[in-house]
Amino acid sequence: MSTSRRTFIVMTGAVGLSPWFGVKATETEAAQAIKQIVGAAKIRTGRVDVDIPPLVENGNSVVMKVSVESPMTENDFVRAIHIVAEGNPLPNIVSFQLSHRSGRAAVTTRVRLNDSQRIWAIAQMSDGSFWQGHAATLVTLAACTEV
Amino acid sequence: MSKTSRTLVTMPATAKKNEIIEIRIIVQHDMETGFRHTEQGVRIPRDIIREFLCTYNGVEVFRADLHPAIAANPMITFTTIAVESGTLEFNWKGDNDYASSTTSKITVT
Repeated sequence: MSTSRRTFIVMTGAVGLSPWFGVKATETEAAQAIKQIVGAAKIRTGRVDVDIPPLVENGNSVVMKVSVESPMTENDFVRAIHIVAEGNPLPNIVSFQLSHRSGRAAVTTRVRLNDSQRIWAIAQMSDGSFWQGHAATLVTLAACTEV
Repeated sequence: MSKTSRTLVTMPATAKKNEIIEIRIIVQHDMETGFRHTEQGVRIPRDIIREFLCTYNGVEVFRADLHPAIAANPMITFTTIAVESGTLEFNWKGDNDYASSTTSKITVT
């Protein structure tokens, strides 16, 4: 059987990448994940700031800082911050549980990004209200593609 | 025996009362996502840290639930208020009975 070098490379490329196309979460899955976090409550936009580089060269490790505007007193503090991705195989990235002893509602961590996408942060306040914010980023080399 | 690995905690050793202190934790872990395949096409099973917990003199002050989208060697920077002298305990738990624990002392003046 004669397979040209070009077709062979295209074929192997398609086989190698195919698992990734099948397992990518979509915006609707991200929306579902957010719905699971907040339940029937209403989400308001604002107060939450996601700080992520607008252009990422390597999605394997991206520094992400999320902060929430809050006085962080005993009666008014951020209870939890949930991070949800639109373009990763799984929508959930991480959930932080804070308390009034946190002092500041700001957390930094390193995440994996599989694609150029929007990252959502949902903050649950001590009074039960939910606030959201997002950031968009462009990823040139996705996480997880290397074997 | 359960798995464990090296941990690193960076935080001030002394602080003024009610000062906000920043704590940075890093733990050595591959955080295998469960989505990668070997060259033979066999899926590599998921092996990640699922949970991080920080207690301050026995009181929980910070907790994180980690998913595969957290990069290898998870780093988290968070803050807490220095209320009293004592010990902060850091605990990680994960797949395949992974567990790590470390403590750090703080003197509050």
